[in-house]
Amino acid sequence: MSATVPTAPTTLDLSSTPRVPFARLVKVELRKTYDTRAGVWLLGITSFLALAVMVLVLIIVLVQDDKLTLDDLVGVANFITGFLLPVLGIMLVTSEWSQRTAMVTFTLEAHRGRVVSAKLVAGLLLALIVSLIATVSAFVVNGIYAVVHGGADWHFGLLAFLGFLLTQVFSMLTGFAFATLLLNTAAAIVVYFGYKFLIPTIFAIAAQYLGWFEKVQPWVDFGQAQSPLFDASMGGKDWAYLAVTGVVWLAVPVALGMWRILRAELK
Amino acid sequence: MISIENVTKRYGQFTAVDDVSFVAESGKVTGFLGPNGAGKSTTMRIMVGLTPPDAGTARIGGHRYREIPNPARHVGVLLDASAQHAGRTGREVLRLSADTMGVGGSRVEEMLTLVGLNETEAKRRIRNYSLGMRQRLGIANALLGDPSVLVLDEPVNGLDPAGIHWMRGLLRNFAGRGGTVLLSSHLLHEVEMIADELIVIGRGKIVAQGTRAELLQTAGTYVKGLDATALAGALQSSGIHASPSGDGGFRCEVEPVEVGRAAARAGVVLVELKPAEGAGLEEMFLQLTADDAREPVAPAAAEGGLTA
Repeated sequence: MSATVPTAPTTLDLSSTPRVPFARLVKVELRKTYDTRAGVWLLGITSFLALAVMVLVLIIVLVQDDKLTLDDLVGVANFITGFLLPVLGIMLVTSEWSQRTAMVTFTLEAHRGRVVSAKLVAGLLLALIVSLIATVSAFVVNGIYAVVHGGADWHFGLLAFLGFLLTQVFSMLTGFAFATLLLNTAAAIVVYFGYKFLIPTIFAIAAQYLGWFEKVQPWVDFGQAQSPLFDASMGGKDWAYLAVTGVVWLAVPVALGMWRILRAELK
Repeated sequence: MISIENVTKRYGQFTAVDDVSFVAESGKVTGFLGPNGAGKSTTMRIMVGLTPPDAGTARIGGHRYREIPNPARHVGVLLDASAQHAGRTGREVLRLSADTMGVGGSRVEEMLTLVGLNETEAKRRIRNYSLGMRQRLGIANALLGDPSVLVLDEPVNGLDPAGIHWMRGLLRNFAGRGGTVLLSSHLLHEVEMIADELIVIGRGKIVAQGTRAELLQTAGTYVKGLDATALAGALQSSGIHASPSGDGGFRCEVEPVEVGRAAARAGVVLVELKPAEGAGLEEMFLQLTADDAREPVAPAAAEGGLTA
């Protein structure tokens, strides 16, 4: 049947509505990370575990009359949060699909790229906040150690700390990248932990049996490329490794994932 | 105003929406009617940019949805009331939308009151909501940005009769103030109650459109005789075209009085003779539904079933 021609076409006057500011999108995305039980539990468990492990380390050190430094504690705290930040990055993206809220989110802001970017910024902010809280907790625990032990090592390597922050951000980003690519919470988490624990082993075996792989490995092993960050020993070549592996493990999946999200049909 | 022009969407071999064009005018409630799987939801998703069409354009108030800045301030959308995070409270769902749109928290409370969700219900998580409550929340979410256009997919689904009555009042009021409402349904009597204009879709194609009065009051007569064969003969000899309606009766495209005369002339006893009001649309709609139904629909059951 043919279209009926409207007698009086009415148009929407768009002059008084500016588009949604990016900062507001980020604010909403941040809010989404803690307004559900899943989000609260994730953040709660992360903080609890980080504290619990530091206390455990503290007790062991005190009992065995061992040495403890602030840098150790910062390392421990950020090691724990480093496990859960990627999950946070994953859930930022995938919960929109598993809970089908993407339908609402993308009708509120039709430019999907802006929404995904807002999620990315929210994830980065959270990674920084979580790392800072973990580091502050490390200071507190070291204070307790100082009181009990009668003095402590307060040396704090700023460069190493910045390196830490960067690895935290990278772990969140890796989760985020897999999530945009897979759009499924369980799959993204499995793939992330596969990447985190299986890939290093596979690379190690490959390097041992395939002579040529040893030369390739630094350019594809993102985990290894990040290790000089921990002790602030990054050289010029290390930055090149980091950049190339970052493209492989972060930029490529995010680009593919973004392409998929922009084209996806939402039902 | 919503205008759809020659929109087509294919999934492989299957054409979900086939060259569909229609207009939903402002100041009116337009019902989008069709059986499940007819292409209603796909068309509505195309309208708001969630599904890219293979051909054609959909415009709301002269713009593509994507071109509308802060679209929720202009177009209220409810596509699936269950597509909400099960772990969020009703109020939190509205709060997130309000924050995105940039309307204040007081608007959230206003909308909760408007759709009749009380304080305890607003604090409850969506997973504990009934379908009717989800629909009410979805309507609240659609109205949050004070839009002038509403696109609602099956909004009446899950509402009790009082809820349907309430929705009808709400949407009529909205249209009365100059707003555009497009709502879909797979139930004829639901749409009949609410909509001024009807667009009927089946198998991806628009099969009928017009005002409720135009579509529901087709001229014609339903007649049933004691002896169907004798009646058929009587009608035929009077030159009246009659098609069997499947329950022993016939539908004729002439006034009841002429059918009555024809029967009287032949001395055929009639048991029923009445104007076939709304039969055209009903029959067509039933046919569309029957084609996709898993079990055959008995015509007799259909006779009373749809208008009931």
